[in-house]
This record gives sequence, structure tokens and C-alpha cells, in this order.
Amino acid sequence: MQKALLIDPEKCTSCLQCELACSHQHTGMFNPVQSRIRVFEFEHGARAIPYTCTQCEAAWCLHACPVQAITVNAATGAKQVDADRCVGCKVCTVACPYGTINYEAHTGKVAKCDLCGGEPQCAVACPTGAITVSDPDTATHAINPLLLGRGATA
Amino acid sequence: MRHLIIGTGPAGVIAAETLRGHDSEAEILLLGDEPETPYSRMALPYLLANNVGETGTYLRPDPKHFQARRIQVQRGRAASVDSQAHTVTLEQGEQLDYDRLLIATGSHTVKPPIPGMDLDGIENCWTLADARAIAQRAQPGQQVVLMGAGFIGCIVLEALVARGVALTVVEREPRMVPRMMDQNGGELLKRWCESKGVRVHTGTQVDAIKADPERLSLTLGDGGMLEADLVVCATGVRPNIAFLEGSGIETDVGILVDEHLRTSAPDVYAAGDVAQGPVFNGGQREVHAIQPTAGDHGQVAALNMAGVDTVYGGSLAINVLNTLGLISSSFGQWQGVPGGDSASALNGEEFKYLRLEFDGDFLVGAIGLGLTQQVGILRGLIQTRVNLGQWKKELLRDPHQIVHAYLECNTSAEAAA
Repeated sequence: MQKALLIDPEKCTSCLQCELACSHQHTGMFNPVQSRIRVFEFEHGARAIPYTCTQCEAAWCLHACPVQAITVNAATGAKQVDADRCVGCKVCTVACPYGTINYEAHTGKVAKCDLCGGEPQCAVACPTGAITVSDPDTATHAINPLLLGRGATA
Repeated sequence: MRHLIIGTGPAGVIAAETLRGHDSEAEILLLGDEPETPYSRMALPYLLANNVGETGTYLRPDPKHFQARRIQVQRGRAASVDSQAHTVTLEQGEQLDYDRLLIATGSHTVKPPIPGMDLDGIENCWTLADARAIAQRAQPGQQVVLMGAGFIGCIVLEALVARGVALTVVEREPRMVPRMMDQNGGELLKRWCESKGVRVHTGTQVDAIKADPERLSLTLGDGGMLEADLVVCATGVRPNIAFLEGSGIETDVGILVDEHLRTSAPDVYAAGDVAQGPVFNGGQREVHAIQPTAGDHGQVAALNMAGVDTVYGGSLAINVLNTLGLISSSFGQWQGVPGGDSASALNGEEFKYLRLEFDGDFLVGAIGLGLTQQVGILRGLIQTRVNLGQWKKELLRDPHQIVHAYLECNTSAEAAA
């Protein structure tokens, strides 16, 4: 694994530039509903947490896929969905314990962060440095796979 | 070292790949009884709906996948296992020996014991061959009766409607998907299906099927009659364990396995839908016939077979279903636990429903209808045993705060760590 997004919620101002950039990158439209990074506000916007896939080592989505539609990008380490191969069964959406791979009704497929091929547009768009590209070992929101009982498989 | 794996479903295939990943020398033989490239039953409804072709159902799209990993795939059906002699005898008489054996034989369909089930025009939807047979018969405008609205039935339901048939569903239990939905959820699903033109009979069953000259004629338990050009039977599946009789391998509903996925016989492991194994919450061993469990079982069993001591943390029942565009999901102990607390938010008009079940400050189960975003965190919260603390009170008031609760609890847990 080479890359992942590092998110520092302390720096997030909830400007939602990341959501706009992500949706534009992946759909050609500025439509936050289709963004693969989502900003969750707390206390009526006083605080916010940008949230997306950490490209976790356990790769729950990849292992749950029945037809190998999720693979690891050799260059970036991103777990990415092959939309042509995805049948839309959604098993990955309940298997991912982070909830960062989601079903999109308008495509009938699942979608997740793919690190934009190595240059994540959310990080480019973030004006405060709340989203940067970094070593995955230091990424936030990483749940220790050991807690999920994988033991030595983690 | 010679590894023999019986079964070419997800558990068997993932086990074979994992074994190769840990032992470049071992002999790995994958035995399957269907004349097909290893495929996913999960994908069959999408084949029926013409969303994908047959290659789209293959577990591994690369035609050289197994060859490249020196995983030998052989066709054959196991007839018996001699765990003392370390041999498996096939139905054709051939005998295979092994050092380590993995049984990943999955399940077979069970038809209800009623008159007429062997008539022409009654199909299961379980194998690729079944799907081909249904595709041939389920043409636009045809009257189709689907027996069983469990999880598999409901997936098939979607595909049949996509094929343009006139569909009637008969479910013996009082609600649809009774093992993943409560009464509220089941009712919403039924009303949704009816609003899409599907007739749904719950709380009754097909008692008999007769062949009229032109069509099949079905008698229902409540006295009703149905006519059908095609009947699709999805009334349940059972683990494939019959061939183990006399083997000494302990079985109950499925093959009993311990936290290393070992059976009661030395050097014999079991994984996937056929295995009755440890569950996440430490209760009685259960068969969790779901894709994620099959994958985890296959991986953990293979690691132990390869000598990498690995303890399995237990499976959690998680399901997700798309019924004509209405997405439902269920997690863990959604029925609740004694002394636990419950929260739910129901919006019948918008077909939205969320139910959360707590044991103390921990989430132990959930049901979602009409939810597609961040649903996986329900698994995360349950299986990583996130202490919800103050957030539990918030969730009892408004279950939809679940993502916020998850983010806050995880962020603060890290801060504390």
C-alpha cells in the first residue's frame, strides 16, 4: 500500500470543496450527493469530520466481493471498483466496517474512493490542509483489524 | 504437502488462493461437481436480469487464474471421506488422498414435500444450470409463481421482474425475508412489491401443484388457486453433509468446526455455507450462509491448513438485499437481546426504516430499509464493540445519528489511545 488520505478534522471548516471536487472528478458534475468523501457536521456546523475510505489493509470490500470486481491499484494501493464487473450485489457495502463503499442507485453499482489514480482531488481542493495525501499507517479512523477477530490474518 | 479442497464456491476458491500465498510448493487440488468455471451464486440473479453474461458470474474473471497459481481444478463429486486413511472417494470410484482436507461443499436446495414438485416447469434458482433453465422459460408476460420470499427468493424476485414476467410470490411465514426483517420491515417490503405490480401472499403456502394441459395449477393453504407457466422454488437450502455419513466427522445442521475451522477429524477443515462455526457474540455455533463468512472461513481455514495458527473471531450475520429498488440490510442480533434497549425510526410513506438494538452501551443488531449510505458502519459498530457512551442516549432519541455516533466514538477512542 503506497498512498492513503490523511484527514485532520481539526482543520476542516466544512466548506465542502472536497465533496464538489470528488463528484466532479468521478461524474463530471458538481453534485455532493455523489461524492465519495462526505463531510459530517457536528453541533450545527461548529465542527466537521470529512470521511472516506482509508484503503485499509484488511480490504474487507475486496474480500467480500463475489466476482472480483474490487482490485488493488498497483501504483497507488487504492482498492478500486471495476464498474464493468460489479454486478451491484452490495455485499461489500455491509461488509466494510467503515461504511465507506456505497451503493449508487443511478448506476446500479457501488462506488468508493479510488484516490483519483494517485492525485486525490479532494486533497487538491481542500483549502485548509484538512485532507492531505499521506502514509496510510498514520491515517485517522483506522480501526484495528484485530478487533474484528482476524488475528494473524490482519 | 497435498491440500484437497472439496467445493469451488467462494470459500474453496479463497482457501486455495490463500494456501498458495503461504506455500509455493504445496499441491492444491480444487474439486467441484458442476461442469462450470467456478462462479458465484450471488451473481446469478444479475445474469437472469441480463445485467451480466455468464462470464460476469465467474469468481475470477482471468481464464488463467487457477493455472497461474498452480491450483488444479478437477470435476468430481465426493461420495465419502475416510479421515483415518486420509482419502476421499468420488462417486465415479476414484480415490484421492490428502494431507489436509477442506470441506467447502456449500448447500443444496430443499423442495417442500408436496405433490407435484417434480413436474416439468418447476425450477430451483441455485445453480448456473438452473439459471439457464429459468432464462429459457421466464419470458415477458408469462405467469410465474415464486415459492419462498426468503433472502434467495427476494433476490430472484428482482431478476424475474426484470425479465418482464407477471409475478406472484408465496411465502409461508407471516412476512417477507423473515430471517432478516422484522414485522415493520417485512410489511414495508410487501407493500413496496405490491406497488410495483407483484402479487404477494404471505402466511400461506403451496399445498399441491397439478399439471393442466397448458399450465401448472397451484393450490394454496388458504384455499386460493394460482396458475403458472413457470414455478420457481426458493424454499430453502441445507448444508451438503450427506456424504460424510460414517466418516466420524461431527455434524449438526452443518459440519461443526472450532475457532480454527477444524472439524472433529484430524487434518479435516470445513468452511463456508456447509460449516457450523463460531459466531461473533460467543453463542452456539451457527451456519451463517453468507458471502463474507464464506470468504473469512476460507481464508482462516487455509491459514491453519498451511500451519499459520489463526483464530477466527466468529461470524456476524449480515445481509443486504435489493427488492425492486428498495434496499434492505440487517446486522447481527436485530431481534434484540434480553434486557437490551431498542430504537427505531419508521417512515412508511417513504419506505424508510431503521431499527437499532443495544446491549448496554453497545450496538448488537440493526435493520435498515431505504438506506444505502455508510451502512457498513453498522457492522463496524457491532463487531468492533464500540462503547457508545453518551451517544447511546442520542441514538435512542434519533437512530439516524448513527454515522455521527460512529465518527465521534472512533475519533475520541483514538484520541484516548
